[in-house]
Amino acid sequence: MRLTLKVWRQKNSQDKGRFEVYHLNDLDEHASFLEMFDVLNEQLIREGKDPVAFDHDCREGICGMCSMVINGRPHGPLTHNTTCQLHLRHFRDGETITVEPWRASAFPVIKDLVVDRSAFDRIIAAGGFISVNTGQAVEANSILVPKENADQAMNAAVCIGCGACVAACKNASAMLFVAAKVSHLSLLPQGEPERYRRVKNMVAQMDKEGFGACTNTNACEAACPKGISVTHIARLNREYLKATFLQEE
Amino acid sequence: MGWMSQWLFSSVGRKWVMAVTGLFLCTFLVVHLSGNLLTLIPDEGKTFNAFAHFMSHNWIIRFLEVVLFSGFLLHIIQGLVLMVRNRKSRPVRYAVHAAAPSVSWSSLNMGLLGTLLLVFLVVHVGDFFVESRFTPEKLGTDAQGYVNLYAEVVHSFSSLPYTLFYVLAMVALGFHLWHGFQSAFRSLGLMHSRYTPAVIWTGKVYTVVITAGFLFIPLYWYFMQL
Amino acid sequence: MKLDAKIPAGDLETKWTRYRSTVPLVSPANKRKLDVIVVGSGLAGASAAASLAELGYRVKVFCFQDSPRRAHSIAAQGGINAAKNYRNDGDSVYRLFYDTIKGGDYRSREANVYRLAEVSTNIIDQCVAQGVPFAREYGGLLANRSFGGTQVERTFYARGQTGQQLLLGAYQALQRQVGLGQAHVLARHEMLELVVRDGRAVGIIARDLVTGRLERHSAHAVVLATGGYGNVFYLSTNAMGCNVTAIWKAYKKGAAFGNPCFTQIHPTCLPQHGSYQSKLTLMSESLRNDGRVWVPKAKGDKRKPADIPESERDYFLERKYPAFGNLVPRDIASRAAKEVCDEGRGVGQTGLAVYLDFSDAIRRLGRSVIEARYGNLFEMYEKITGDNPYETPMMIYPAVHYTMGGLWVDYQLSTTIQGLYAIGECNFSDHGANRLGASALMQGLADGYFILPYTIGEYLSGLIRSGVVPTTYGEFDEAEREVAARIERLLSIKGGHSVDHFHRELGKVMWDHCGMARSRESLEHAGRQVAALREAFWHDVRVPGTAHELNPELEKAGRVADFLELASLIVQDALHREESCGGHFRTEYQTEDGEALRRDDAFMYVAAYTYAGPDAPAVLHKEPLQYEVVKPAQRSYK
Repeated sequence: MRLTLKVWRQKNSQDKGRFEVYHLNDLDEHASFLEMFDVLNEQLIREGKDPVAFDHDCREGICGMCSMVINGRPHGPLTHNTTCQLHLRHFRDGETITVEPWRASAFPVIKDLVVDRSAFDRIIAAGGFISVNTGQAVEANSILVPKENADQAMNAAVCIGCGACVAACKNASAMLFVAAKVSHLSLLPQGEPERYRRVKNMVAQMDKEGFGACTNTNACEAACPKGISVTHIARLNREYLKATFLQEE
Repeated sequence: MGWMSQWLFSSVGRKWVMAVTGLFLCTFLVVHLSGNLLTLIPDEGKTFNAFAHFMSHNWIIRFLEVVLFSGFLLHIIQGLVLMVRNRKSRPVRYAVHAAAPSVSWSSLNMGLLGTLLLVFLVVHVGDFFVESRFTPEKLGTDAQGYVNLYAEVVHSFSSLPYTLFYVLAMVALGFHLWHGFQSAFRSLGLMHSRYTPAVIWTGKVYTVVITAGFLFIPLYWYFMQL
Repeated sequence: MKLDAKIPAGDLETKWTRYRSTVPLVSPANKRKLDVIVVGSGLAGASAAASLAELGYRVKVFCFQDSPRRAHSIAAQGGINAAKNYRNDGDSVYRLFYDTIKGGDYRSREANVYRLAEVSTNIIDQCVAQGVPFAREYGGLLANRSFGGTQVERTFYARGQTGQQLLLGAYQALQRQVGLGQAHVLARHEMLELVVRDGRAVGIIARDLVTGRLERHSAHAVVLATGGYGNVFYLSTNAMGCNVTAIWKAYKKGAAFGNPCFTQIHPTCLPQHGSYQSKLTLMSESLRNDGRVWVPKAKGDKRKPADIPESERDYFLERKYPAFGNLVPRDIASRAAKEVCDEGRGVGQTGLAVYLDFSDAIRRLGRSVIEARYGNLFEMYEKITGDNPYETPMMIYPAVHYTMGGLWVDYQLSTTIQGLYAIGECNFSDHGANRLGASALMQGLADGYFILPYTIGEYLSGLIRSGVVPTTYGEFDEAEREVAARIERLLSIKGGHSVDHFHRELGKVMWDHCGMARSRESLEHAGRQVAALREAFWHDVRVPGTAHELNPELEKAGRVADFLELASLIVQDALHREESCGGHFRTEYQTEDGEALRRDDAFMYVAAYTYAGPDAPAVLHKEPLQYEVVKPAQRSYK
């Protein structure tokens, strides 16, 4: 099949950037979206041009590294999907596809489609953990976790940290990412002792990084490759309120 | 008090303020609409003017008015602050916009809708509230000796541009409420498969009733005076 | 060079306990003065870095991805083994130890494997305490399932994303230390050289991948946790960035490389489909719990699977291995699939696939049970292939998955260079010639959480008076110069072919001639081809861009250059090992019914190689394996 790509090119963080148009012929509809970029880059290298830089690693939808806004949708038109698992059969022959990087002040562009998502790491460092040193753990089965809680916690813990929620949100809010971690850990008895500190510190760091606030549009949930529910955002709001009024001094 | 500013100036706390004031304003709309509907009673405005008199002379109501104004002010200021901050979170916009089908138009345009409502509010308050409260002599009095706000209302809606402006604002209000009502619950942390469907349903019914009510009055008076 | 594994004396059961009780310690005050570099942030790297930082060492972590959470451990699906015996089905530390030794085809060290089995239970405790949401029973207790190569249910899991959850646990522990200022993560940094002074590792040269700047980082010890080298085959289940560079630099600086030819081919992967294909996707081995593997009995049967009656299907694993059936170890399942495909009974367009059929299980348990167990895997399969596995059987084919070989380490996980440690998949350690399912996660975390933090103390306790290691040593100058020169050389070739072109060619040679079945002839052929390809690469590769920017092609070029050298070592080792064992199958050495023929008399040793210069073959050193507890026998899963 044939496709026309309109790709954001930006030399570095200082460059203003612009779109460039590329034409690709003879694509296999079973190729993945990133494999199409491999083909494009081979073509560019042959032509002596600079290949397109894009983040990717596992190519099986779990590492969270790939990140492209495809025709206005993070990770493309499918639901519960990552760019690396998007296949060309979901596009029309001859279609023009616009590809942009994640856009958020907290995710500055490094080059082309590559952005800096270290803000997420800093949010986790601010509180997205349970403080237990190696060796301090008790016997695993001495902690009982109701299956429902474990399942709910897992529903939140599947977050791959790709940032599609931020990319999709009109406010570039990181609430779904933060809420998923807060929810995961506050649903488990192990996370109980630090639950108030955690939510306050993580939200404070989130604000410091310059992410927007949540307007409850559900755009994040729709873009999330793992389908993490906005109910976790409500839980975060609840946890934050509780932390404000119930935390011991 | 550090904890309080930490809370209220966090993105989560700001949304809490929006939700609380928003829901409070929702209750005000019920009272306001109930009052407005009194203009429809065919008694030449007797009931309506009596009601308006009561509302402007009862001391409890006067106190609640201050609360109401604070609510409006908080909702507006906080809304504007959020709008500016949220826009700053994405300095470079996307070339192609495509919202997922599950994302409502209202939710994406709360700031715009709110701004429209703010403009309306300024005009509306200037027209009815300020006049009736501070320069009632301009409005004259009815048979009971109350300020004749009724005549002013009826007269206002004889103008097509004014009626259209009012109608437009009420449509904006409808979209604003469509998202705002249920969104407020989520910002307060209230979301559960058990009661959220009821919240959403209530929000929709509420929005339709309030919007339809507020739309009916200007249209009714406009067409009555053709 | 004499390889000393430094295995503590005494009973197998008490070796580790005694070692831990007698190993020299570093006081908390002194730990604060000691720097440790950890390269790689997967299960082994992140867990080690977090644990070392918790102890008080100053830790620097390097990873080439944009965040330590991306490391490829994240993709492990099925689960993690631990000898908890929660199912009361007769499991024990000894049994896990025995299964691992046997699964590895008697090519691993008893003492290491026993220790691994021993600490496996602590891992589960630790991960649960961190908040890893393992699957639970209704009573709130942990659930288990079974995995290939075992007859007990000892695998703990978090849906089909166990690796992800365990890695996030370790990552969060690491980020906590970052928040406390105890650890520093340098993401988008790649180690390009090891710095060795007087036989000791004293630091690394790393390239900041964003700016292209070369940086010197010194430390009292360097820990490599950089994963496997399966990408030498180009197509594998590894992530695109997985590479051998860090351990290859260490090898060239004097560290011995153990059993390079032991590579694992995983039986349940999605078949290959096109030339543009960049990777192969694994479907968790846990699918073999309920899926039945079959091909048509007749050659070239092109009917749809549903149209082939039961009597004309060959459930070849159940037929050949009735005791373990579909749950035989990976090497055996892979080879069996290759055999039936070689016979012309493979399915799919290319004939290089077998069916993995869930219809029986769906009939027996209902669709909802299957959905709960494998829902996300089925979804992933459908996403990639467009077929719905609830209705039509999956098609699978073996693919390169894991490398048992890696840097040779002793009982303390120390390489042959003092102060240089290797943990997780990048060492050769505990899996012998074949790794059992759900054991990689176990080993990575065992090394990182529970073994290295003790053993590294023995070395560091001797350095408490040394002060900060300066980066001004001549060795740093020289190492940085070498790295810069090599980058310059790669950029200056400006040839006619992309890096991927050479990588693909290399992969094809390795898969065809050094893959699931190897012979003297195929290996000698591979050796020649690899050498020619290496030559061609250095004359004809085209690397665009400059050294002073984010340049993914340059990164790849460096990695592929190292793969091209590693490939020769793999071939050399495969040629020398004239036996079949585990993942290494030499066609000349098989039993009458086509099973691997191990030759314990001649090859019961670890083959460790040291670098002897660019044109000389590597020097082989042998570490004999002594089995004091287990009696090696022909593996039988029949």
